[in-house]
Amino acid sequence: MGYLFAAYLLVWIGFFLYLLSLSGRQRRLSKELEALKGRTSEGG
Amino acid sequence: MVVALCMALLYAPTERTMGSAQRIFYIHVPLAWVSFLAFFVVFLGGIIFLRTRDLRWDKLALSSAEVGVLFCTLMLITGAIWAKVAWGVWWPWGDPRLTTTLVLWLIYLGYMLLRALSEEGRIAKVAAVFGIVGFLDVPVVFFSVRWWRSIHGVVVTSRGLNLDLKMASTLWVCLAAFTLLYACLLLHRLLLEEAGDELSRIGRR
Repeated sequence: MGYLFAAYLLVWIGFFLYLLSLSGRQRRLSKELEALKGRTSEGG
Repeated sequence: MVVALCMALLYAPTERTMGSAQRIFYIHVPLAWVSFLAFFVVFLGGIIFLRTRDLRWDKLALSSAEVGVLFCTLMLITGAIWAKVAWGVWWPWGDPRLTTTLVLWLIYLGYMLLRALSEEGRIAKVAAVFGIVGFLDVPVVFFSVRWWRSIHGVVVTSRGLNLDLKMASTLWVCLAAFTLLYACLLLHRLLLEEAGDELSRIGRR
């Protein structure tokens, strides 16, 4: 039973960490977009 | 996915020799299937990119490789746990299915490293060839249990699935759920890639 639990838990931890990494990258892109918008509004 | 998990943990009958641990099978096999599918998309994306030079296909290949490496890693982890329960060792070195799968994982890990360490866009052609050649290991992994002596079980035979009806239906539902999860992750990763491209285009203006 312990091995079954470990296998399912590790798989879900894996998916969760990947989703976390995707949302981190998404956040970084949004920040860059905001910075770019700021720069263009300053310039224009 | 919830239905698939309920079926795997509650609906499918407990196997006599391995007991509850056999239920690892319902995540291990779909993880393997999705890994193969993801690497097939890398292969296909690579071929179409080389023919058309359309970078969108390269982005698709890159995104699918990343998701494929995730599924392949999880497949190896669940496989090692299965091996410990079934054969008493975490990794039976010398088994052709396990060795060829490890090689497959290393190939696409190499692909990801190549993409990460090279300047964006310039490496696309080399990466496409890498992804296409790397896919040649997938049929080797699949047929390894037939070509060489292996302790790994065979589920898909020439006469279909070698399983009891309840186990087979659970496996089908799990396969569908994991394929859907792959499609969602791939789409998310692809959108991220497109957003990054859009941002660099705006930045260059």
